Amino acid sequence: MKRLVLLLSAIAIGGSGLAAPQPADELRFCLHGDPKTFDPFRAEDENSDTVRYLTTGVLIRLDRVTELLVPELATSWKVDMQGRRITFQLRRGVVYSDGAPFGSADVAYSLTRLFDPQLHSPIAEAFNNSTPPQIKVASPEAISITFGVPVAGLERLFDQVPIVSRDTDKRPSATLGPFSIAAYKPGIDVLLERNPKYFKLDRNGRRLPYVGRIRLIIQSSRDMEVLRYTRGELDLVNSLDPDIFEELSRRGSWPVLDAGPSLESEMMWFNQSPKAAMPAYKRAWFASQAFRQAVSESIRREDICRVVYKGHATPAAGVVSPANRFWRNTALKPRAHNVAAARARLEREGFQLRAGALYDRTGHPVEFSLITNAGNQSRARIAAMIQQDLQALGVRVNVTTLDFPSLIERITRNLNYEACLLGLTNVDLDPNAQMNVWISSAANHQWNPNQTSPATQWEAEIDRLMRAQAAELRPEERKRLFDRVQQIVWEQEPFIYLVHKNSLMAFGPQIQNRAPSVLQPHTFWNIEFLQKNSVLRGSR
Amino acid sequence: MKIRPASAAVVLAVITLALGAELIIGKSYAEQHRDEAGARPSRQHPLGTDDLGRDRLARLAHASSVSLVLALAASTGALVLAGLVGGFAGYLGGATDAVMSKAVDLMNSLPWLLLLLTARALLPLNAGPAETLMITYGLLAVLGWASPARVVRAGVMTLCNADFVLRARAQGCPEGRILVRHVLPGLKPVFVAQFWTSIPVFILAEANLGLLGLSAGEPFPTWGSLLRELQNPLLFRPEAFAPLAAVSLALLCFKIVLPMESAHL
Repeated sequence: MKRLVLLLSAIAIGGSGLAAPQPADELRFCLHGDPKTFDPFRAEDENSDTVRYLTTGVLIRLDRVTELLVPELATSWKVDMQGRRITFQLRRGVVYSDGAPFGSADVAYSLTRLFDPQLHSPIAEAFNNSTPPQIKVASPEAISITFGVPVAGLERLFDQVPIVSRDTDKRPSATLGPFSIAAYKPGIDVLLERNPKYFKLDRNGRRLPYVGRIRLIIQSSRDMEVLRYTRGELDLVNSLDPDIFEELSRRGSWPVLDAGPSLESEMMWFNQSPKAAMPAYKRAWFASQAFRQAVSESIRREDICRVVYKGHATPAAGVVSPANRFWRNTALKPRAHNVAAARARLEREGFQLRAGALYDRTGHPVEFSLITNAGNQSRARIAAMIQQDLQALGVRVNVTTLDFPSLIERITRNLNYEACLLGLTNVDLDPNAQMNVWISSAANHQWNPNQTSPATQWEAEIDRLMRAQAAELRPEERKRLFDRVQQIVWEQEPFIYLVHKNSLMAFGPQIQNRAPSVLQPHTFWNIEFLQKNSVLRGSR
Repeated sequence: MKIRPASAAVVLAVITLALGAELIIGKSYAEQHRDEAGARPSRQHPLGTDDLGRDRLARLAHASSVSLVLALAASTGALVLAGLVGGFAGYLGGATDAVMSKAVDLMNSLPWLLLLLTARALLPLNAGPAETLMITYGLLAVLGWASPARVVRAGVMTLCNADFVLRARAQGCPEGRILVRHVLPGLKPVFVAQFWTSIPVFILAEANLGLLGLSAGEPFPTWGSLLRELQNPLLFRPEAFAPLAAVSLALLCFKIVLPMESAHL
């Protein structure tokens, strides 16, 4: 009987959602896997990148709310030589977490390491320079970096560049960031400790950051992440599914936030690679601008926003989301749903509708497979909606979900697929970050990757425009060039953009100084200012 | 004791109902009523609608028919393979038995889920959802013969050493006749028991694949794909438990029916 009572008590406690109390100055949130590296220069995956963001200092930081650059370890900077050189004036009196002084020699060391060709740093690739820059230390507080060719938006790229000690081999734990790595238990968590000598002070002169520790809990399941959040075990959730967001909003006990359209977009595309093994008549459909436009016109984007994302998404007109205020071509509108226009367009191309099925001019019924990754409920629903929408056009779509590695294998290596539905995340506002997508020779030029020369005239024009904007320093001219790229993509639809998802996130009820952003990291980009309740852990 | 016939009746009723469900319910499992997405149970939709506005009851009925019928088919397929491998191994013995037993051990030690994922990834993409599902169950059958084969082998070996077989052989009865007239009939209880035991295994295997989103493609429902709605407890709705109840009931019935069938033979 006693055992039964104990069991019932345990069930009651578990069912009530009570969790072990958290330390008041410890912030907890999830990584969705183990970090692949703690080397900040090699951080590529999201988990490693989160640790890099929290544990390293940078010269310049992008304010994720105002989208302006703000001084960090550099107090000022100047770009000259037509975008080839940047000169930094460094902050005085900054020390590492172990008390050693910071100076321009550390910046020189960090940049030399970053641009080491042997390292293959993903951060260095964004600078789009084939040769390492010349680094000149003018004084302990001044340094200039000169690149071989102009780099558009040069200063913004330094938001990602970690600055480490020149003695990092001897003092691996020394950091200039707000936190340092204290412990790592593979598969369990990464513990970060506050840097007591962090250079930033709040307006009252208190040393930041406010919280004493961050526990990054390794939790691959997003469902479990949300459950733990509702049990009070987590303080931040960086990304929520619309269903969960709605449910938490309805219950009203948790502060969830919709920060508006994110930089993420959902899209589908047809495989146009000549290397793909598929019948010639299908290759002809996919290469046809009219066919792609007709498919695009037949998809009800508003329904996707309303049904799949519960209104937390915006129909997409192109790659640039409304969140990217400067670079978006506002003249472009999402393609309106119009099956009659789509049919007319296809008829002009020789397609015929017979007994509810569409046939091409050679008599082949129009049918294609659409692959997407398994386990993503929203994407599976979008695929089902596209399937039904295209039925109205007489097109049969076979939806196939594949595990992610198999999907990547198909779309990047063997190119054995017909159409794909996937999402794209832009981590940067600047179009230079999209060079690896739009240039026809790029591996991520997904509809026809790794071209030796542009397969079409419009791809050649995109190549020219993207290279021109990358070499142009006047923002207005760059904008004009990139607007034209967006226009071509809207007309040709190599990617059929569907929706831009909103940034949905959650903060613990006791978290203060929240500044949600549509840019990553959505919830903790201002980590040094986040605090729990009235705990002011900072010191003078 | 009345529970066993009742269970058998339930299994039969579920299969019959499921097969005729679409006619009885009169709704399509695929048609999306987007303005009624996520609707609660009503007279029009007794189990409500799913996230795309599809009738849950129609989907559940269709999934039940598909999962049950294909599990029966996969079980039959697996048993044919098991009979061939286990039968030859047990009857011929010697080197054949050694090789086939190793093959059975190898199959049993393979991570079937990974194998299934790999095989699934190699399927032609343009196969329709029904074909995909049939191929998936075919793969389950191909991967699921090993355990029954071991039992069949043991049964054949026992029968081959039975007095009546030894007497038949001593009296000069041809081997083919011994096999057909004496050994195979004696294996019937083994086959029947293995058949009933395999069905729940295949149902659960499909449910696992469905949970991973790797069962039949849209818009085809299966029990596994319907169970995905229960992945996040925050989104639980009473009506979403219907597929779980259906799977549980089916498994329970098979579990209860099995000893009865074995006992009758």
